Amino acid sequence: MSKITRPIAIAALIAASFAGSAWAADTGGSAKGDLGPPQGEPVVAELTDAPLVPKPIKRDKPAKVIVNLEVRELDKEISEGVTYTFWTFGGSVPGKFIRIRQGDTVEFHLRNHPDSKMPHNIDLHAVTGAGGGAASSFTAPGHESQFTFKALNQGLYVYHCATAPVGMHVANGMYGLILVEPPEGMKPVDREFYVMQGDFYTVGKYREKGHQPFDMQKAIDENATYVLFNGSENALVGPNALTAKVGETIRLYVGNGGPNLVSSFHVIGEIFDKVNFEGGTQHQENVQTTLVPAGGSAITEFKVEVPGTLILVDHSIFRAFNKGALGMIKVEGPEDKAIYSGKEVDSVYLGDKMVAAGAVGAATKATTAGKVTKEQQIKAGATLYNGTCSVCHQASGEGLAGVFPPLAKSDFLMADKTRAIKVLLDGLSGPVTVNGKPYNSVMPPMSQLNDDEIANLLTYAMNSFGNSGGVVTAAEVAKVRAASPRPKGAAH
Amino acid sequence: MRQPAFAIGAALLLSLAGTAGAAAPATRAVDIPGGRFTSVLPVAPGVYETVVPAYTLDATAVTNAQFLAFVSTRPEWRRGTAPALFADERYLERWAGPLALGERVAPDAPVTGVSWFAARAYCGAQGARLPRWIEWEFAAAADESRTDARADPAWRQRMLDWYGERGGRPLGAVGRDAASYYGTHDLAAGVWEWVEDSNALLVSSDNREQGDPDLMKFCGAGALTMQDREAYAVLMRIAMLSSLEARYTTRDLGFRCAGRKVTR
Repeated sequence: MSKITRPIAIAALIAASFAGSAWAADTGGSAKGDLGPPQGEPVVAELTDAPLVPKPIKRDKPAKVIVNLEVRELDKEISEGVTYTFWTFGGSVPGKFIRIRQGDTVEFHLRNHPDSKMPHNIDLHAVTGAGGGAASSFTAPGHESQFTFKALNQGLYVYHCATAPVGMHVANGMYGLILVEPPEGMKPVDREFYVMQGDFYTVGKYREKGHQPFDMQKAIDENATYVLFNGSENALVGPNALTAKVGETIRLYVGNGGPNLVSSFHVIGEIFDKVNFEGGTQHQENVQTTLVPAGGSAITEFKVEVPGTLILVDHSIFRAFNKGALGMIKVEGPEDKAIYSGKEVDSVYLGDKMVAAGAVGAATKATTAGKVTKEQQIKAGATLYNGTCSVCHQASGEGLAGVFPPLAKSDFLMADKTRAIKVLLDGLSGPVTVNGKPYNSVMPPMSQLNDDEIANLLTYAMNSFGNSGGVVTAAEVAKVRAASPRPKGAAH
Repeated sequence: MRQPAFAIGAALLLSLAGTAGAAAPATRAVDIPGGRFTSVLPVAPGVYETVVPAYTLDATAVTNAQFLAFVSTRPEWRRGTAPALFADERYLERWAGPLALGERVAPDAPVTGVSWFAARAYCGAQGARLPRWIEWEFAAAADESRTDARADPAWRQRMLDWYGERGGRPLGAVGRDAASYYGTHDLAAGVWEWVEDSNALLVSSDNREQGDPDLMKFCGAGALTMQDREAYAVLMRIAMLSSLEARYTTRDLGFRCAGRKVTR
């Protein structure tokens, strides 16, 4: 063992002395973190909402930095058509990104907006001191607290609320990141982004429409309804995707607020050239997936060589495709076929995330207004189909022989409209005969879909795959739904 | 049902007469017999069970109209007059003026934006007092049919649902929820309510500190060790109260009185 590791260790040491940082000598931690009293005029910290990151710090001396952070309790969209009451540091989830320099003295002002119902506080993992500031920052609605700390340790740190019950405050979105730059600063890169994962627990099922309250029991059971980047299923997809150009180096400041789940952070289509694991000083190179603990962080860097859409996921992969932990970086620029042949990410793989959800929203609006067209329904249905149905029934509607029945030229689908609606609402299990062939498997209920979404899906299927046409209206679905009661969510 | 009528009557009278303290609408109090009770807070180190003596409690929170009648006769508690030591700068800020509610504030809604000092003075003027925490908790343990419904998840959920409603919005009339076993309304879901011993609750402001005996002394009854793991819904009330100083006010914080004579 030692015979093998020693040469590597020596090689690493030599490399380090050249590179300056990789497996560098100890930074000395907090013992070497006090760089003296603050110098010059106090600076007001620039704070940004994800995915933006404040500008790099140019100072070469410690300063007094004033941070003004306001807690807001707000109703915002967690998924399309689903709202949630978030508790936030600065109006968004995750909270504002704070950027300071090692040795800075931070004068922290925590304000709790007058419309808040709850008291809040803040625990910054970058603080050396009891509770990370929590006890000094306990703030009633409409009031303000102030405390001061010196940032002795460099690194990327999580901050969060620590008011009882802590889990609930964190589950409602009360976390963010504070970067303490090393004295020499961060190495310049072309783009920096702020991405933070969190798990959410709602009374209704995943994507069940309307306003969804917090479900304490699901949180205790660690049974997440949503696992999200930047507090919303749509935060980093479609028009909100991050962008970059071929040849650029991207740095992601990745945090995980939890409250419960550890993230296996991965970017589909890239390899991290460098990862400061756990947000610390040492780095690993050539990493596929890095673990980001709840209440922890990582700094990842990678150069993008080819155009295309990179997909950020929690590689605990059901979270990505069934709970929302998906984001995108759209890389533009010339192809390099020598590196990659260039096929785009498969639409089935990503489902409805690849298609801008616009068609679905447009059809929903038109339905509400009472003037949806068959064409709108088909278009919206296609989007939903690619996201939800095509995984089993296939993009062609042919299904899989002996396993998943076909929707193409399907006698079963076309024979009974009410039965078709019921299948979507209640699922279907047990033996059926489709186009003369027996099937015996299980389709889960899709009752989380709206009436108009189910109508659009069926209208799409009836007008595609060689079927003879027809229209299902939202009113017809509503009628069937009302006539066949089913348990509402798994919550209580 | 009688209360809204009274409240509107009082408001009308006030707007005509300017001061009309004598017309302060009466609040109905109900008897709470007291008895053996397990609190979420230790009454002594490690002791959670105690006996709550009989008391009376207002059926509803004090309304804007009632508080307006009070400040009409007590100029020292008007907004702009009340000293900063006893009421912070947001005291009664939702009212249109020191003696006017305005259109945004319903006369029959619970008064909010009042400090502990002002709440105590109000109850004192009525020959009553603020309830102690244990009295508030004892009454809030009841639901419509039981004196202690705390083991029922539905009881807890009502409280949690109220926490889930966004704050700072205009409030409706008192008596929103059905009467409890004792005849009280809205204890679980109405407004935060001051208690007489708010200051003594002093829950550790960092919820995770646990078990240090010095801390118990230091932080009074705080350092919650989660005696009852299901009690977090009530603990959130205590957390809120312990974030307050006696001069503080918030938009969702009101009060009701105890010790008032029950009118039969």
